[in-house]
Amino acid sequence: MITEALKKKLKEIFGESNFLDSPEHRIAYSYDGTALLGALPDAILIPTNVEQLSRLMKLANEERFAVIPRGSGTGLSGGSIPSENSVIILMNKWDKIIQIDPDNLTAWVEPGVITGRFQSQVESMKFFYPPDPGSSQICTIGGNVAENAGGLRGLKYGVTKNYVLGFEAVMPNGDVMHIGGKNTKDVAGYNLKDVLVGSEGTLCVFTKILLKLIPIPSASKTFLAFYDSIGRAAETVSAIISARIMPAMLEFLDNPTIRAVEDFSHLGMDKNSGAVLLIEVDGPRAVVDEDASAIAQICKSAGAVTVRAATDNAEAARLKAARKSAFAALARIRPTTILEDVTVPRSEVPVMVDFINETAKKHAVQIGTFGHAGDGNLHPTGLTDERDKKEIEKVKEVFRKLFAKAVELGGTITGEHGVGLAKKAFLEELYDSPYIELLKTTKRMLDPNLILNPGKIISVEPRCEGALPRSREQIEKATRNMDNPSEAYF
Amino acid sequence: MTPRIPDDLLTQCMHCGLCLPVCPTYALTGMEKSSPRGRIRLMKSVMEGALPVSHEFAEEMNFCLDCQACETACPAGVKYGELVESARVLVDENRPLTLKKFILRYIVSKRPVLKFVAGLLRVYQISGIEKGVLVLLRKLSSNLYARALLMPRISRRSARATLPETIESQGNSRGTVAVLTGCVMDVFYSDINVDTVEVLVRNNWKVVIPRKQVCCGSLSGHYGDSELPKRLARENIKVFEETGALYYVINSAGCGAFMKGYASLLSDDPEFSQKAARFSSKVLDFSEFLFKTGYEIPQRAIGKKTVYHEACHLVHSQKVSKEPNAIVSQLAGTNICELNESTWCCGSAGIYNIVRYEDAAKLLERKMENIIASGAEIVITGNPGCLAQIDAGIKQRGLPLKVVHPATVLNRLYKSEEI
Repeated sequence: MITEALKKKLKEIFGESNFLDSPEHRIAYSYDGTALLGALPDAILIPTNVEQLSRLMKLANEERFAVIPRGSGTGLSGGSIPSENSVIILMNKWDKIIQIDPDNLTAWVEPGVITGRFQSQVESMKFFYPPDPGSSQICTIGGNVAENAGGLRGLKYGVTKNYVLGFEAVMPNGDVMHIGGKNTKDVAGYNLKDVLVGSEGTLCVFTKILLKLIPIPSASKTFLAFYDSIGRAAETVSAIISARIMPAMLEFLDNPTIRAVEDFSHLGMDKNSGAVLLIEVDGPRAVVDEDASAIAQICKSAGAVTVRAATDNAEAARLKAARKSAFAALARIRPTTILEDVTVPRSEVPVMVDFINETAKKHAVQIGTFGHAGDGNLHPTGLTDERDKKEIEKVKEVFRKLFAKAVELGGTITGEHGVGLAKKAFLEELYDSPYIELLKTTKRMLDPNLILNPGKIISVEPRCEGALPRSREQIEKATRNMDNPSEAYF
Repeated sequence: MTPRIPDDLLTQCMHCGLCLPVCPTYALTGMEKSSPRGRIRLMKSVMEGALPVSHEFAEEMNFCLDCQACETACPAGVKYGELVESARVLVDENRPLTLKKFILRYIVSKRPVLKFVAGLLRVYQISGIEKGVLVLLRKLSSNLYARALLMPRISRRSARATLPETIESQGNSRGTVAVLTGCVMDVFYSDINVDTVEVLVRNNWKVVIPRKQVCCGSLSGHYGDSELPKRLARENIKVFEETGALYYVINSAGCGAFMKGYASLLSDDPEFSQKAARFSSKVLDFSEFLFKTGYEIPQRAIGKKTVYHEACHLVHSQKVSKEPNAIVSQLAGTNICELNESTWCCGSAGIYNIVRYEDAAKLLERKMENIIASGAEIVITGNPGCLAQIDAGIKQRGLPLKVVHPATVLNRLYKSEEI
């Protein structure tokens, strides 16, 4: 518990109006975009400068409370869910684009800048920032960097870490550290940047981020290709890659997802299609034209029923926006959508997709699958109702099998959402122990008192986080009543 | 406690956060509890007994403009409008009579009282007292002065008093339509009612203005009154049914949205559920009606730069956007301009701009900036609240701009009058 004396100290650091602990505020910061997870923080702090954060970390080490950084709360692995005895720091108000440097193709931003806003800003200057998560309209750059977010353009352009040149961060001991810079080449020291990018808010809080920009492709073309079956769509994906074409986007939706998305976005997609591919190629006009006609041909040869090109940029934007709505649109079918994030090597996508469907069928659960077919990152989404506990158990069982299969195929349990709380158990179960031990050692070394977003990714020591109970007593009580107490995965 | 915010509706929200960027109140505060997702979580906590119907909860429910932009943005199909309205019923039951409740319950929804108050206001406006007051306020407080500008001119006579109950079509009748004159519309903008009727008659419709029609119930409904709107709905269903009209043409976006919702409002009413469903299916917004049935294109186009502001209750509640946009584009021809954030709330939101003036003013500021940037000289919008709000924005800034209803535009073009 945050004591009265501690509250007073926090108010001294942050000011009366930037310390919030009403039940309403605490409830509103008890969740993020992840299904079934939630816990109340003890207080919410709105920092206005780096020094406050530094002082907060020092105080947290003295008084032993947890600090949970949060942007827009769109994460899908429970990365910003509070833990026991914690305060939330709200970074979404740090939303300035500090500098766009056309000579060095870089931009300094504050962590709370909305990704979509940043993209439009740089695009208006004919630059390009490719990482494009599904939640780009609301997620923050800071969150993207913390989770090493992927998105729709990962296939050709890579993910967030490929665009982070450097940053300023507050470390768990309160030190303010600077890393990287505008240099294209820089090998001074260990590559710690890549340790911190994707550290899911457990190793540092980003306070200023330096991003790499690239020139915007001069042309692009977007298609939809509809198929009777998922199999033929998967064949198309392999055929496109084998033809040495690198689309900017190669996304797929299965039938349940098509139905849900069409109900929301009214794009005129045939709701009986077995699968659809959303494909975008970009680059110089001549290349785009050549790739586009080759792709249209490949789609048809692989058995596409129809191939439709967007007539203009506005329609292309609508198609992409509709694809981005897939996750939430699936909630039209069943209210609780447990979105997963398994990734396999590209060539294994057809195998994985088959396995997902078979396993769902065998366990009689509904799964809608969509994802980034081009980079092997799939989002099988359990369609359930959180009020039906038995069904939730069944879905969990199915996901356990999917994760194991993905790892067996040389894939991974998360391609872009991070481990957070949701995947923690699987990480420790499915990966070798030297790796897990190194993760734990790194965490202990940088954050010996476990104050920064503790209990995420790995358990360094038993803690009380995860599903709803938030105090040790509650957990103990729950443990006594539960047959299988270790299952706080979701 | 019997749950009064339906659990199914609450569970539908999977807190993905896609509602956040379109929510005007989240844009104002950046705080999660002022977002649709946050409010739904608060409601859930109240229903689960984890949070009392606290003052802060009530504030948050009333801070929401109920613009329903989040519903348009929500891929999961959460019916947020229904949620916030039922939350307000909960709040209403737990709170004493407020200014808002008083205005809605005892003035707006009671025609004789409304008429009397309107009469007093009109005396205040034409006697010169208002002028004096405005001069004084301007010197004393810019804030109070700005608030005073929100008051539109009271119409000289209500359309219901000047127009006969039945008006024959101009040429061969295409059928009968009934028109709702509305409360706010007829007190402040009775000319728009006259324009609406004249446009319909010119397009060969026989028009009935039922004398016994009552307030549609939207204002009190949106602010958490549970019984009054149902009573008003039943009354209107009876009265409109008697006209035998093919369609009920509504020129206030707010009223239209609410009347389309009579079907669900009275779905549990054994006597009225079917009638309500039939009633709602006949309700069309003025622009929707013209688009659906076709209308005479005026000889000349609007001669000034024109933009269309999409009223929340038209675009978000009724999902009517294509129709008015098409009509306005047609009427403006080459003079049509693009309005950035045309579907972003202007801050009017019923009587929100009176009871939460400061917040509404910030939203109006954003709207006015967009309007000014568009280079428009004419703003067209289909809701009395938006008309009054944007008009106040124009007056405060002394801009050479006009805000008008599509019916007025069309009628003036027909008559070759100045807009």
